[in-house]
Amino acid sequence: MTAVSTQLSFFDTRKGLFSWIFSVDHKRIALLYLYSLITFFLVGVTLGLLMRYELLNPGKDLVEAKTYNQIFTLHGVIMIFLFIIPSIPAVFGNFFLPIMLGTDDVSFPKLNLLSWWVYIVGALMALSTLVFGDGPADTGWTFYAPYSVKTGTNVTMSVLAAFVLGFSSILTGLNFIVTIHRLRTPGMTFLKMPLFAWALYATSWIQLLATPIIGITLLMITAERVLGVGLFDPSIGGDPILYQHLFWIYSHPAVYIMALPAFGVISEMLPTFSQRTIFGYKAIAFSSLAIAFVGYFIWGHHMFTSGMSGTARFIFSMLTFLVAIPTAIKVFNWVATLYKGSINVQPPLLYTLAFIFQFMIGGFTGLVLGALATDIHLHDTYFVVGHFHYVMFGGTGFAFFGALHYWYPKIWGRMYNITMANIAFVIFFIGFNMLYFPMLIVGLMGMPRRYYDYLPEFHLPNMISTYGSWVLATGLILMLANLAAGFFKKGPKVGRNPWNGITLEWQTLSPPPVQNFDRMPEIPLNGPYDFENKPAIKE
Amino acid sequence: MEHLSGFVLPNSGHNRDDEASKMGMWLFLFTELLLFGGLFIVYMVYRMLNHEAFLLSSFELNVTLGTINTVVLLVSSMTIAMAITAIQKGDKKTSVRLLLTTLGLSLVFLVIKYFEWSAKIHHGLFPGMDFYNNLPKGEALFFFLYFIMTGLHALHIIIGAVLIGVVVHRTRQNKVNQEKYALTENAGLYWHLVDLIWIYLFPLFYLIH
Repeated sequence: MTAVSTQLSFFDTRKGLFSWIFSVDHKRIALLYLYSLITFFLVGVTLGLLMRYELLNPGKDLVEAKTYNQIFTLHGVIMIFLFIIPSIPAVFGNFFLPIMLGTDDVSFPKLNLLSWWVYIVGALMALSTLVFGDGPADTGWTFYAPYSVKTGTNVTMSVLAAFVLGFSSILTGLNFIVTIHRLRTPGMTFLKMPLFAWALYATSWIQLLATPIIGITLLMITAERVLGVGLFDPSIGGDPILYQHLFWIYSHPAVYIMALPAFGVISEMLPTFSQRTIFGYKAIAFSSLAIAFVGYFIWGHHMFTSGMSGTARFIFSMLTFLVAIPTAIKVFNWVATLYKGSINVQPPLLYTLAFIFQFMIGGFTGLVLGALATDIHLHDTYFVVGHFHYVMFGGTGFAFFGALHYWYPKIWGRMYNITMANIAFVIFFIGFNMLYFPMLIVGLMGMPRRYYDYLPEFHLPNMISTYGSWVLATGLILMLANLAAGFFKKGPKVGRNPWNGITLEWQTLSPPPVQNFDRMPEIPLNGPYDFENKPAIKE
Repeated sequence: MEHLSGFVLPNSGHNRDDEASKMGMWLFLFTELLLFGGLFIVYMVYRMLNHEAFLLSSFELNVTLGTINTVVLLVSSMTIAMAITAIQKGDKKTSVRLLLTTLGLSLVFLVIKYFEWSAKIHHGLFPGMDFYNNLPKGEALFFFLYFIMTGLHALHIIIGAVLIGVVVHRTRQNKVNQEKYALTENAGLYWHLVDLIWIYLFPLFYLIH
């Protein structure tokens, strides 16, 4: 009896819908998050495709200007608040943080379940604007005042949804910090933690310390709309610049909520597929904290053209350049990890390499925007749109899908079709760059963002970009169809360690039992990536 | 959590861990501080821009009632701290009595707040009322911030009071006792934070010079 129950995977212990949506098992909650995230992601992708279709030719192709504004707002709200902020922490953090630390759950399992429910409530609130009220907000995901105070669309509901989603994000962050402090397996010191745990640790602190500010700011927008108090609308005595400050005090650190977990995932996949220790473990670990820290003080770079003193702009610009240092430290260390490794080219590694390539483009274009003089020209052009899609989608999005390919055999105990995954990757990669690289060029040419129309001279790049969006969608569909096999329990079964990885999740069964381990996990002698002293793993 | 026989890790997330729950509460308090922090920033900015109007409006507030409420909250913080000491010493009866005293004081605070608020609303000072809408913009901002900040604080008082009620119930059920009193400590931490925020709100609104 004992032996059987330990061998039973977490899928098989209990059955039925309620055993999932009320489960406090971190692995089941992670999968709840995964399925809901992918659903909302596909809604966001559809909205993005609609936008690209509208921009295929100058003039009206598909939708009216106002509808276009509502589409890009909802696209932003869904992708930012429903997909990319929760993405890696809520799915892979939830699933693998406890296993990598050698424990069986997070510190507060019930809070963990609550955070998913709060997320679902927030998501339904955001999507309800499609059906109820005066239509979805048309302000852009930033809800800039005074327009967000004046517009007739349903800003109040969108803003409250973002508030509720923030609460879910805080709960996840709080849970992870306490878990990392309290539940590491005996012998695993902070400096023997996998780098994914370090990245989540830094992320969690940002979630905890930045999110409340946006919460209260969004409540103030609601109060202003409902009660007519002149907080941010200048025509009734408010200060719109104050809103921008409050908004970006959260939303800039939030960029690192989106990026840091991706860095963590990359730092896991590189050693596994190079079969050697990561280069500069401490540098990568501490640079996460450095990014989290410096990331708090650079929000002003979103406002260079909004009206700030020259001194403030100068300081914000300088601090922005400072963030590039810890980020570059990571990139150099990743590339150095590949050097003299025995490289095993598998789909997760392809996503990793694409991540490094695209994140570099995103990062460098970020510096162009962080410089005062160039930003005056590029502010609110498609260059900005290209930049953040390179960082968020080309970076975090690719890391997310890379992580999905990497941990897939551990989660479902089965392997997808590798050839198919490679083909899907190539199409996805080409489509991505076709879609977003022209945006950088057309932005430099001066095309402003957030219009449903453009001048005829921008036609060619926009056309390439729209064709790219179709290639990207094809790649995405192929990839997800290939991965869906796991959900339907198809595909060949795998053992404990199909990639020859070293972190603790590879020592347990695939899929893991409810208690995560069927025997005490062994931690490697000299840090988490000590491939030379890798504990032998018996099936 | 499905309880199965078989291998269980020593450092299970389902073990009792009082340190973890206290750490969780501290982290939550950080978020509370920052939630109010956003409002404090807005207050600071608008007070600097509208110094005269904030001064004038602050004379509308009743300093006596504000002072009484400050004393009430400070005493309640003391009684809940004493309740924690009592449970640590195993004196459940005294602990419950002190918790009920804290609960009573929180009610006193809310009643006084109710009278203060209704006087203001009676004068038409609540945002959205006709009289309020005709106020100069500095004074309108003052009263908006007054209502939203003391309102949010009062909401926290209510949540804290409910939490204390839960602790009383759990203590009576013996689920909180000399060996296991993290819940009382967490309620105490939360209550101290609510108290602390009032300590800042009181001078910012009532005592402007």
